[in-house]
Amino acid sequence: MQAEYAIIGGGVVGLSIAWGLLKKGRKIIVLDGGDTAFRASRGNFGLVWVQGKGLTQPAYTRWTQHSATAWPTFAARISEATGHDLALRQDGGFDYHLSEEELENKVKSYEKLREELNGNYPFEVLGPADLKREEPNIGPAVAGAILHRQDGHVNPLRLLRALSDDVRRMGGPVLTGKQVTDVDKPSGFRLTCADGSVFESEKVIFSAGLGGIELGPKMGFRAPMRPQRGQVLITEKLPKLMNRPSGIIRQVDEGGVQIGNSKEEVGYDDGVTTDTITRIAARATQVFPDLARAQVVRAWGALRIMSPDGLPIYQESHEFSGAYLVTCHSGITLAAAHAMSLTDWLEGNDSAPDLEVFSEQRFAVS
Amino acid sequence: MKTADLIVIGAGPAGMAAASTAADAGLSVLLLDEQPRAGGQIYRDVKRAATVRGHILGQDFTEGLPLVEGIEKQGITQVFGATVWSIDATGKVACSVNGQGIVARGLRVLLATGALERPMPIPGWTLPGVMTAGAAQILLKQSGLVPKRAVLAGSGPLLYLIAAQMVRAGVPPLALVETQVRGDFIAALRHSVGALRGWRYLLKGLKMLRETERAGVLRYRGATGIAVEGERQAKALTFTASGQSHRIACDTVLLHHGVVPNTQAARSLGVDHVWSDRQACFVPRPDQWGGTGHDRILIAGDGAGIGGARVAEIAGRLAALRVATDLGRMTGPERDAQAAPLFRQRNRELAVRPFLDTAYPPYTGALSPDDGTIVCRCEEVTAGDIRRFARLGCKGPNQAKAFGRAGMGPCQGRYCGLAVSSLLAQENDATHDGTGYFRVRPPLKPVTLGELAATEDQTGRAG
Amino acid sequence: MNNALPFHDLSPDTASLVNVRFDGTEYALPEGANLAAALLAAGVTVFRTTPTSQAPRAPYCMMGACYDCLVKIDGTTRQACMTEVRKGLIVERAHTAGGVDENG
Repeated sequence: MQAEYAIIGGGVVGLSIAWGLLKKGRKIIVLDGGDTAFRASRGNFGLVWVQGKGLTQPAYTRWTQHSATAWPTFAARISEATGHDLALRQDGGFDYHLSEEELENKVKSYEKLREELNGNYPFEVLGPADLKREEPNIGPAVAGAILHRQDGHVNPLRLLRALSDDVRRMGGPVLTGKQVTDVDKPSGFRLTCADGSVFESEKVIFSAGLGGIELGPKMGFRAPMRPQRGQVLITEKLPKLMNRPSGIIRQVDEGGVQIGNSKEEVGYDDGVTTDTITRIAARATQVFPDLARAQVVRAWGALRIMSPDGLPIYQESHEFSGAYLVTCHSGITLAAAHAMSLTDWLEGNDSAPDLEVFSEQRFAVS
Repeated sequence: MKTADLIVIGAGPAGMAAASTAADAGLSVLLLDEQPRAGGQIYRDVKRAATVRGHILGQDFTEGLPLVEGIEKQGITQVFGATVWSIDATGKVACSVNGQGIVARGLRVLLATGALERPMPIPGWTLPGVMTAGAAQILLKQSGLVPKRAVLAGSGPLLYLIAAQMVRAGVPPLALVETQVRGDFIAALRHSVGALRGWRYLLKGLKMLRETERAGVLRYRGATGIAVEGERQAKALTFTASGQSHRIACDTVLLHHGVVPNTQAARSLGVDHVWSDRQACFVPRPDQWGGTGHDRILIAGDGAGIGGARVAEIAGRLAALRVATDLGRMTGPERDAQAAPLFRQRNRELAVRPFLDTAYPPYTGALSPDDGTIVCRCEEVTAGDIRRFARLGCKGPNQAKAFGRAGMGPCQGRYCGLAVSSLLAQENDATHDGTGYFRVRPPLKPVTLGELAATEDQTGRAG
Repeated sequence: MNNALPFHDLSPDTASLVNVRFDGTEYALPEGANLAAALLAAGVTVFRTTPTSQAPRAPYCMMGACYDCLVKIDGTTRQACMTEVRKGLIVERAHTAGGVDENG
């Protein structure tokens, strides 16, 4: 057997799990795709985000909060090992609203959730004057904002590189250009790649994002994910314009202001469209009018990996025990939880998090 | 929204010829260029410059005059100062003109975006005072400026041209430092047909060389280890030639080792590109008319592979004939009758390219720079960084870009793309085609958020 | 020929000079000229420093492709080589420090 765990997918999700397994001394191998594979790890928004998640499923909020809490330790360990500053800032984040009514409705749903979480949902509502004190460059069109204290952001590309560095440093082979096309289980698991190479392992983790849709059913998973496009713009490097990130605008540590992000159901088309980026630009300049003079240097489309209810899926195969599906659209936020807690779940330890609510059972046709 | 039968992007030789031919066939043409006046880079500002310094710039430059005059005709709407930032396969073109967002739709779109200087990453190439030889040409053509203490370095006939022009202007360069060796020339002679026609180019080149040498300009060949010295600006060029180290103190260094297609627009549309070993760059593979894989998108000129100004002009005319036929303004036989002499002429002109490409290959030292040399000027990423990313598993430039920001700056990879792909290919022992290129997306050039935001309504109405 | 300047001007245009301010210094430049060329001719060597390492930069390609001649005009970053000289133009150096933390 070449490895105890074969991990399909070398994005942030796969590498976070690999990192956690290596820390526990497991022997792993990561099989990653090529240069032009759909990669949410390259296209995401870089938020470590709590607010707005789990409004209909508080267990998801708790899991997200668990990860947000684990993030500082996780980031510190990776930085120490690799020398890469991940630029993690968890100083709260905003949800901006242009209409008061919209804001009120959001606040109501947050209040309900706060009750269900026994108060552990620290948010406050800022009117225009208070908001102006926090964010002096905010525009007059903004009616108010929700400041959630558990939100933050990170440099996601540096996270990807640092994880890749550290997983290799700890001895876990990460093989790129290995698109897994088939998995079967004659005795142990056998993974076949597009280039004809074959790998064997005792257990296998499907963390290949959208790649899991085709591959998952081979191991008895429903894998009911779908792509959902988000388009993102980024400006030239600017002097400091804002203090905190929001769900749609944040200033990255290098200085560029990143603006997003649409939710489009367009299948596997990850293109950039003029109508969407002009709309995103219009909204951003309403929130921060000074941005109108900033040059946009790049734009991209990327595909989220969405489950039918938007929640992650953690599932061990019923047919092939030792095969696990791990998929979510918040790989950055959940990276710390995946790195620090998922090994326990994979190995059924007492300290394992209860992820039952995220099983595929919930999609069963009753 | 503006509409036109044909939108031409770029008013260089290919674009101007295409616009003129298309208008003659009765098509409405929208000609967009980001410069303030027609000509492209080869005929930059030819209308003004030909009068005042045609004698310095030579006949190859003033040949552009009829082309510029040819676009002053009914049916052609010219928009200059237009930064095109998006082109889609349906023929929708978004651009920014004086800060205004404009969206236009063409039944056909011709990409005539020309060439860029092949990036020449050597130590010190980012210092003020270091420019491309093409930049010196532009300064001379458009502004009448000649650097006083300049060294020319690299390879290719353009170096002889700019040297001769500087001599004629009374400000000869200090030295001409060439990287090609005698063996390159001998290898080039194998391309016998091309070599035969090549003699004419060669004689022209020799004439310019003699002009340069008579003016006392030092000339070195087979130079290696080329580097620019300086802290805040270029102070000297250092190199080795014939086993000896040289240091030439100067204020300006002009670099050149060939030109490569500007593929940004075509790549943003997903037009296929393949690696050309002879041209040492990626080229699209349009059909003989300039047709791409997209029905509405055509491509002509150096952007389709380097052929020079005359080939570009012919390709522009051919593309216009194809569009006129597609849109029912011309019959197939009419098109073919007009096209036949153009095809012959193009073949004649292209025959010399293999000879030139072999005689003046790119400078090896810049194709595989030392680890410490910056390859991505915008984000200051070095060749060593790229090699490190390869060792971290980056098979292609897109993952390398994510790992270390190469290609993320305002030039959007124009001046590092080839170097990044080549370094990864070398390090991974892979082919260029297997390694690939940056995924190019809109905006094709940086554009302000305000301009984007102001474009919203027009695009919205277009559906 | 003014030997202090790195460029020789073949046809100096003295008829249509207008005032342009670059980084606090006044220059008399020909109206309608290419801004990058006019500043080079006037002896400006460093146009900006990079946000990454504060390295000095100046025009490199003169054709709008390399983005090394960036300057700030009316609060917006522009390419000097794609800008025409006009009366009263106020040109600032593009901000040197990118990165939020350096500015914060």
